[in-house]
Amino acid sequence: MTTAIEVRGISKQFKLYAEKQTSLKERVIKGGKMPYTPFWALKDINVDINQGETFGILGRNGCGKSTLLKCIAGILKPTDGEIRVRGSLAAMLELGAGFQPDLSGRDNIFLNGSLLGLSHAEIEKRYDDIVAFAELEEFIDNQVKFYSSGMYVRLGFAVAVNVEPDVLLVDEVLAVGDASFQRKCLDHVKRFQREGRTIVVVSHATDVIRQNCSRAMVMNHGRVITVDDPGESIRVFLADLLGVGTLEGSESGGIVGNVLAIGSVHAEHGGSGERLHLYPRESLTITADVDSLANVPNGMATIAIHDDKNELVFASDPDDPSYAVDIPKGGGIVRFHFPEVPLLDGTYSVSVGVRSATDTAIFDWKDQVTKFEVANPKRTTGRVDLPLDVTFRLRSANATGEVPAVGAEFSPLSLPGWEESTA
Amino acid sequence: MSLGIDEPAATGSEPERPTVIGGSTRFVPGQSNDRITIVNGKVQLGQRLIDLWRNRDLLILLTRTELKVKYKESVLGYAWSMLNPALVLGIYYAVFKIIARTQQPYFAIWLFCGLLAWNLFNNSAMGSTTVVVGKAGIIKKVAFPRELLAMSTVGVAMVLFTIQLVVLVVFLVAFQVTPAWSYLPLLPLALLALIVFTSAVSIFLSAVNVYLRDTQHLTEVLLMAWFWGTPIVYTWGQISQIVSTHPSIAWIKYLYLCNPVTPVVMTFQRAIYGKTSYIATKNNPGQAVTHVLPNWGVGQYAGLLGIVLVVGIGLFLLALIVFGRLEGNFAEEL
Repeated sequence: MTTAIEVRGISKQFKLYAEKQTSLKERVIKGGKMPYTPFWALKDINVDINQGETFGILGRNGCGKSTLLKCIAGILKPTDGEIRVRGSLAAMLELGAGFQPDLSGRDNIFLNGSLLGLSHAEIEKRYDDIVAFAELEEFIDNQVKFYSSGMYVRLGFAVAVNVEPDVLLVDEVLAVGDASFQRKCLDHVKRFQREGRTIVVVSHATDVIRQNCSRAMVMNHGRVITVDDPGESIRVFLADLLGVGTLEGSESGGIVGNVLAIGSVHAEHGGSGERLHLYPRESLTITADVDSLANVPNGMATIAIHDDKNELVFASDPDDPSYAVDIPKGGGIVRFHFPEVPLLDGTYSVSVGVRSATDTAIFDWKDQVTKFEVANPKRTTGRVDLPLDVTFRLRSANATGEVPAVGAEFSPLSLPGWEESTA
Repeated sequence: MSLGIDEPAATGSEPERPTVIGGSTRFVPGQSNDRITIVNGKVQLGQRLIDLWRNRDLLILLTRTELKVKYKESVLGYAWSMLNPALVLGIYYAVFKIIARTQQPYFAIWLFCGLLAWNLFNNSAMGSTTVVVGKAGIIKKVAFPRELLAMSTVGVAMVLFTIQLVVLVVFLVAFQVTPAWSYLPLLPLALLALIVFTSAVSIFLSAVNVYLRDTQHLTEVLLMAWFWGTPIVYTWGQISQIVSTHPSIAWIKYLYLCNPVTPVVMTFQRAIYGKTSYIATKNNPGQAVTHVLPNWGVGQYAGLLGIVLVVGIGLFLLALIVFGRLEGNFAEEL
């Protein structure tokens, strides 16, 4: 398979100035040098994105995902490393970027198309399609500053998708516009996929990544945490976001040494009988064998539960000091006890880890080591067994004092005055 | 892993063509566009030049946009572009003809020739300092050869140049001034040399001003000095005369010729104004001849312009390298 984008050892350093001094006087006073703190927005990123693939990049705000996208697009230049892009590329970092409010829609189509790399002749060829797609036939000669924000975004999108690039970079722009417009955007993304184009999507909307991507990368602190199937990546991302075992790529994070290992993990329900599943609201006990080669002060056991769609259902509080314990050499058995599991039908997987309570070090993390199943004998549906009380206080019984019999048709419209208007 | 779409995967052969919403070029994996774009921290001069050429449509469009936006919704529109040079011309004419009583015939035409070339340089250099800073929105979101922004100010200045040139021709006809026909073919060369040099200066200034905002104010002051250091309002002949009476400052003449704008301005004056000397009629009992321009032949002018052009090309390439180095951090600095 051909690689569409090769990212080789990309690093990007930003200089953070305490206060930006741009005037000559200040520079002279400081002797030409300005004190700054180097900040590595990206550190040694390596990834290959294949042709025809839809590749997602997940990460929290400030993790460097947009910086990476800008580097691929050529908007920013990396401090170190090299990116090779095969074929034409269009970046949709912002819809309608570069629109001149004083110019007409027509002029802006040409300007924006040119900025995205089309020649005048090419834009002329696509002009009618763009206008039709943006649904702006009657307003195309109006100045863009009179457009509504929806029209503005439609025009921007219409130009960008009509560039028909081999590689399309999208930065969360799919999150704008109304529902029908988002549909249109997704239709386009799917058409691009069918045509074998490469798409790189940056988002923190996990469902966009899950539904559209063939692979996804998780980033944190300018480093790659994982490149995997979207489901697995989303799980890592959510675990990261929610603080279950901080999977930071920095030196302090990651699995540290071979001091401690989690052995077998069992799930057991508190109900009677030989059944393998538990009923909603039954107790659940997870036991994990922890083997330790040395004394581990301030260890903390963490647990996370995911449903069959890999969505995180529950993760234990990583900051609760009452979970911390000094683990002696030789280890022991960790027992996670849920007195009540208020879940409905489904198969749930359990991940167990031991981390340091004082810093971000993870001693061991067993991902989805065991599963348990919840079978609901009742007819409630959904995911969570919410406690529910239903009371029905009837609005004053009718004049005769009769209460409608159970099963009789109850109409909220049987109010005084209603009969007269229908009669 | 599933793509999450109900259609067969992209790599499979698929007879059903999706509804074509836009465009006509269809992407075929591995066959279509195999051009490889490399992004790294280095500045590849050749690649930059190729990119500039590929995006020449964009240059025209940016120039047109700049002009449209500049005079949009002003009643007089392009007339404003003439008002400033007309005023400058009028003031200098009044000061030198009426107050300083210069004897030079058709002094307005002389002024106009020099100002025509100078305005092209001046407008571009002034406009370029703020063009990159002013277009921060585009620069942060779209990748394109950003030098084109600086070059678009040259484009705008060229349009204004053309309008002024037309007015000058009208002046020539009205005052019945005959240009020096044999020197006219030098004008395209002079213009080319000026454009290349101006582009180099503009590209350099536009990038430097992103990091050092003093540049725009400094440029304003320097251009004022530069203007008076170029024989536009006064004549080359006056400089020569002063130098000949004070041989110790002969180097000034060479300093003048080191100014790349001087040969261009002088070519414009030589070709359009057409005279190298005149005999003042008033207060001139000895009928002394006053020289305004040297008695150089076409070849000498061409040689000087050639040097300016070569220097200009060198500076242009240098400016591209400087721009390329500084450009890497535009998106974060703006």
